[in-house]
Amino acid sequence: MAISKDDITRVARLAHLSLSEDEISSYQEQLSSVLEYMDILNEVDVSQVPITAQVTGLEDVFRDDVVVDCPEVQQQAIIAEFPKDSDGVLTVPAVFE
Amino acid sequence: MMTIAQAAADLRNKTISAVELTQQYLDRAKQYNGALNAYITISEDAALAAAQDADGSLARGEAGPLTGIPFGVKDAICTQGIRSTGAAKILDNYIPPYDATVIAKIREQGGVIVGKQNCDTFGHGASNENSQYGPAKNPWNLSKVPGGSSGGSSAALAADMCVYSIAEDTGGSIRYPAAFCGVSGLRPSYGRNSRYGIMPMASSLDTVGPMAKTVEDIAIIMEQIAGQDRFDATTLPNPVPKYTTDIAVELQPGMTVGLPKEYFEMEGLSSEVASAVEQAIKQFESLGVTVKEVSLPHTKYAVATYYIIVPSEDSSNLARLDGIRYGVRHETELLKDVYMRSRAQGFPDEVKRRIMIGTYALSAGYYDAYYKKAQKVRTLIKQDFEQVFEEVDALITPTAPTTAFGLGEKSQDPLEMYLSDVFVSPSALAGIPGLSVPCGFDSTGMPIGLQILGPRLGESVILQLGHQYQQHTDWHTKTPSL
Repeated sequence: MAISKDDITRVARLAHLSLSEDEISSYQEQLSSVLEYMDILNEVDVSQVPITAQVTGLEDVFRDDVVVDCPEVQQQAIIAEFPKDSDGVLTVPAVFE
Repeated sequence: MMTIAQAAADLRNKTISAVELTQQYLDRAKQYNGALNAYITISEDAALAAAQDADGSLARGEAGPLTGIPFGVKDAICTQGIRSTGAAKILDNYIPPYDATVIAKIREQGGVIVGKQNCDTFGHGASNENSQYGPAKNPWNLSKVPGGSSGGSSAALAADMCVYSIAEDTGGSIRYPAAFCGVSGLRPSYGRNSRYGIMPMASSLDTVGPMAKTVEDIAIIMEQIAGQDRFDATTLPNPVPKYTTDIAVELQPGMTVGLPKEYFEMEGLSSEVASAVEQAIKQFESLGVTVKEVSLPHTKYAVATYYIIVPSEDSSNLARLDGIRYGVRHETELLKDVYMRSRAQGFPDEVKRRIMIGTYALSAGYYDAYYKKAQKVRTLIKQDFEQVFEEVDALITPTAPTTAFGLGEKSQDPLEMYLSDVFVSPSALAGIPGLSVPCGFDSTGMPIGLQILGPRLGESVILQLGHQYQQHTDWHTKTPSL
C-alpha cells in the first residue's frame, strides 16, 4: 500500500526521530515497497487462528519481591554512564519551553 | 586452528599457560583486524588480567571447561567494564555496569574475552554492512560479506582470532554468518539460554548462542551457559542435558530426517548450495539415517511475518535509547529535542527504517492489519513444524540460499536483503533450535552451510547429527589463507 509523506512524518513523530527531507522521501518509497510485500499475508485465512505472542508455554512466572542491594562500585559505574549529572544526580534539559 | 577441546587439554597439561594462549590470540586479533574489521574493541588489558586469574585457577586444579580460553563476544551483548556499542554510535561510549548472564557464567569460570565483535547495528542486517563501525570482511575473500548480523563473530572465528564466539540470533544472525564463513553455529531453543544483558531486538524471538569451530565445542559451551535465570523470566526450568555425552552417540538406524520441499524448491536457491546439501544428505544416509520429504506449507509467509513482528518489537525496545541515562546525548534546549536528535544522529539508516516500519505496524488503525495478523500467521508456521516433528527427528535444509555475496552488492535494496533470511527465519518464529555446519565450498572457494533444525529443546539431537557428520567429513577443518 502507498504511504504518504504525512504518514512518514506522523510515524517519525511517534517514534521520536527527527528526519531530514531526504530521509522522509526515501523512507516513503522504501516503506511502501516493504509493506506492499507484506500484503502476501492477505492470502492466508487467519479468521479462526489464535495469535502467538510467545513460544515458551510458560505462564505467570513469579518471583519473590525482595530488594537486592546494588554495590557502591556498581552504582558508581551506572552514574559514570550518565551523559550529564550534578553530584551523581542525572540531569536533563527543561521539559517545557 | 585451536578448538576448545584442544585448548583445554593444553592448558591442563601445562603445554601452554592461559596468559600465553591469550597473548597469541590478542596478537592474531590485532594482526588481522585491520583487514577484517571483525572486532570493534579488543580488550587487551581485561583479557590479560582474566588470563592471569585463569592460570591461578588452573594451578589450584579449580578449572572449568572454559577456564583460560580466549573468546569473542558480539558487541550487542553487555560485558561489564568492556565497551559495548552494539555497533551503534549512540552507544559509542557505553561501558556496561554488568555482564549478560551467559557472559557472567563464562567469566566466573575464568573465560577470557579477547574483544567485542562487529555486527550490524543492534543486529539489524544479514551482511554486517549496516554496522556504524564499517563492515566486517569475509576471511575467505575480503571483497565478500561475512554474513550478518553476527558477521564479526563468524569472521573472527574463521580467521582464528578467538577460540569461539558468543553471539545472538533473532532470525538467523548466528546461523547465516556461520554458513558464510565456514564455521558452526547454534541458535538454541527460545528460553534455553538467558537473554539478560543482550541488547534486545525482538523480545519474542531473541536468543543467545555459540559459534565454534566444531559442534563438539558448541556442546561444551552450551552445557556451561544454558539454563534458567532469575533475571530472564522467559528462561525454561527444564534441566540442561549433558550435550557432550548425547552427541557422542553414533547415529542409529531408525532415526529419520525430513527434507522440507518448500526449502529445496525455493526460487533463488543456488545450484551449488543445493548440490552440496544433497551430498551431505547422502552422507547422513550412509550413516544409517532415513531421509524423507516433508512439507512446511506456510514457509512462503515466514519472511513477511518475520519482518512485521521484528521491527514492531524492535521499535518498542529501541525506545529506551534516547541519550538520557547512558550513551551519547545530543544536548539541546528542550528535552523532547534531545530524544529526537540523539536518536536521529546515533542510529544508522537501517535502524531508523526498522523503527519506522515497526512504529507504523503498531500504530492505531494498522495494528490489526499488520502486527496481529503476523502473530496469527506465526501460529500457522509454528504448527507446521510441530506437525512435521511428529514424523521426523530433525530437518535438514540449506542455511542460506547462496554463498557470501559481494560487499555493496545487495545493500541498496532493503527488501532483497530481508529475503536472505528465508531459510533461517521460519524456525526462529517457531522458537525451535537450529544448527549450521559447513558442508562444502562453491566453485569460487566460498563456504556452504547446512542447517539442521530440531523440535523445541531438541538441541541434543541436532548437535548429535552435526557432530556425527563432522566425525565423517572434514569441511569444518578447512581454514582460509590470510
